[in-house]
Amino acid sequence: MVTIYDGKPGLSRRELLKRGGIGALLVISGSAVISPEHAWGLETSALKPETMATLIQMARDIYPHDQVPDKYYAIAVKGHDEQAGKDSAYKTMIEDGIAELDKKSGDGGYRGLGWEEQRVAVLKQIEATPFFQAIRGGLVVSLYNQKEVWPIFGYEGESFSKGGYIARGFNDIEWL
Amino acid sequence: MATAFDLNNDGVVVIIGSGAGGGTLGNELAQKGVDVVILEAGARHEYEDFINDEWDSFTQLAWKDKRTTSGDWRVAKDFPNLPAWIVKSVGGSTTHWAGASLRFQEHEFKALSTYGKVESATLLDWPITLAEMEPYYAKAEAKMGVTGTNDWPRLPGNNNFKVLKAGADKLGYKECHTGNMAINSVERDDRLSCQQTGFCFQGCKWGAKWSTLYTEIPKGEATGHLEVRPNAMAIKINHDASGKVTGVVYADKDGKLQEQKARIVAVAGNSIESPRLLLNSSSGKFPDGLANSSGQVGKNYMRHTTGSVYAIFDKPVHMYRGTTMAGIIRDEARHDPSRGFVGGYEFETLSLGLPFMAAFLDPGAWGRSFTTALDHYDHMAGLWIVGEDMPRAENRVTLHADMKDEHGMPIAEVHFDDHPNDTAMRNHAYKQASALYAAVGATRTFPTPPYPSTHNLGTNRMSEKAADGVVNKHGQSHDIKNLFVSDGSQFTTGAAENPTLTIVSLAIRQADYIAAQMSAKTI
Repeated sequence: MVTIYDGKPGLSRRELLKRGGIGALLVISGSAVISPEHAWGLETSALKPETMATLIQMARDIYPHDQVPDKYYAIAVKGHDEQAGKDSAYKTMIEDGIAELDKKSGDGGYRGLGWEEQRVAVLKQIEATPFFQAIRGGLVVSLYNQKEVWPIFGYEGESFSKGGYIARGFNDIEWL
Repeated sequence: MATAFDLNNDGVVVIIGSGAGGGTLGNELAQKGVDVVILEAGARHEYEDFINDEWDSFTQLAWKDKRTTSGDWRVAKDFPNLPAWIVKSVGGSTTHWAGASLRFQEHEFKALSTYGKVESATLLDWPITLAEMEPYYAKAEAKMGVTGTNDWPRLPGNNNFKVLKAGADKLGYKECHTGNMAINSVERDDRLSCQQTGFCFQGCKWGAKWSTLYTEIPKGEATGHLEVRPNAMAIKINHDASGKVTGVVYADKDGKLQEQKARIVAVAGNSIESPRLLLNSSSGKFPDGLANSSGQVGKNYMRHTTGSVYAIFDKPVHMYRGTTMAGIIRDEARHDPSRGFVGGYEFETLSLGLPFMAAFLDPGAWGRSFTTALDHYDHMAGLWIVGEDMPRAENRVTLHADMKDEHGMPIAEVHFDDHPNDTAMRNHAYKQASALYAAVGATRTFPTPPYPSTHNLGTNRMSEKAADGVVNKHGQSHDIKNLFVSDGSQFTTGAAENPTLTIVSLAIRQADYIAAQMSAKTI
């Protein structure tokens, strides 16, 4: 499970890194969501970075795969930031959707809920909204269509360049 | 090589669509010296252009023009603007098809007589019999290189087949093998044999699977009698005062309207576009659309009773490796009403890559119940159910009341409700398939809902009497003698088998008929 640490504005990435021992945290710094542990960051341009951090958590709660690192969930939802930059109505839908999610989640907001079951219970309440459907509908393509995640699931992708599987195990099952 | 015919050449046969029906008919006529223009809505992608990637390939090949849906089928909820997963490209859906090539059973040409009247179904006997079709089936199998016919060996079984076969044996099924596939098991017809690549649905990059794109079409072009015009979207069929059709208006690659004159027009745009075109061709003389005096154009839409079952095992399967559909169990294809439904169904191996598995396993689902299934993707086996569905008058393609395409033509609305017979058959198949996989040690099974339709049938059906259907036993419209239908929309009923072999066989037979009628100057 991922917990989120909201850095104070101006807190440098270097400083965050120095703190050490914080594990797999997503940190918000300036306009970015940063994973100090895994050395990646996602700069937002239209959506608030807090919104992006919540989207990443929401994406994991919608399609939870414990063996898939946060980075791929972040890549999967970054299109919403691009879309929000082009379409103000879309931006409003996302920001309002996240605000509503936080409101329904109590004082600590959505990311403040410690257990996946608690967050899923909140998602269930908004399942029918266009906001949820936009996130889930986009995610089913943007998460599973990343070639980098395929090996995690044991899917090998294109095979033509390797000559197909005729000499690479199309019939190698042994346990039957 | 390829001839170009003048727009004003009114001696040509114009075929709309270059897939199993249109592409075959075009080549067959060209071989007889008949001049043919095929108007194909899609672009021409040769087989080396195909992409081993599900979404990228979908973008390259699929028919994505907007359609609407209604009815109680789940596709209407999950994919409201994508009722069918078919192709807009030269070669049509023969680029995408899996290659399963089965003859219909004798009784399936006599559905009404065999099953009796079924409530709220519009069953009818075909005006042709298996005996009449057999010589054409044989020609089609020879043309397409169907394994298990003409001394061509069957394909080797892949991992997914081996799981299916083990389960079939445990359940006592007798007829289980790697199918009759129009995929080369040996090099023939200047094409390679199957390399077990596993992307059959994305277009075979080896050209091992039969597709009109690289068989019928170049052979027809080589005669000098066939021109395939890509990016030519048929809009309307014109007719003269006597009611004979005279040409086809189409939007060219620049969106400009052109008219290709014609001596004969054959419609082969698949079962959604074909009725749409006939309905969109309405005129003062034919206010309900062409060939529609019966009111049957667009009705009796069938899509086969389908569904999939995927199962997870405690050990790896890698079902996606190798020929996607080379695996079949035929025992349930019989007509045996003691199972609680009429008609029968086939089990055929099927797999999807991870991206499409995520999209189609349980559309709309989310959360751990769903994701833990995908977590074991490489431990999955899968099969497809394909069975006879009941034709119904209300299951139909109509013109949308308000929505139009970029050429100003009303788009297609596709309505489908499952018949109780369809539901009973699907539930039987889910149960049998789950038992089959359980017998091999599955730890979890997934009765997966139907995908957007790949088999679209019946919307211009063949009938003995003009009042019951749109075309006669040669696919010639009852109303207009120089207007033909050459795709699966002419199917009177759907049978349990994948339709392509029958579409190709009907096209070969139709070419004989058209050429004879042209010689006799009756059309």
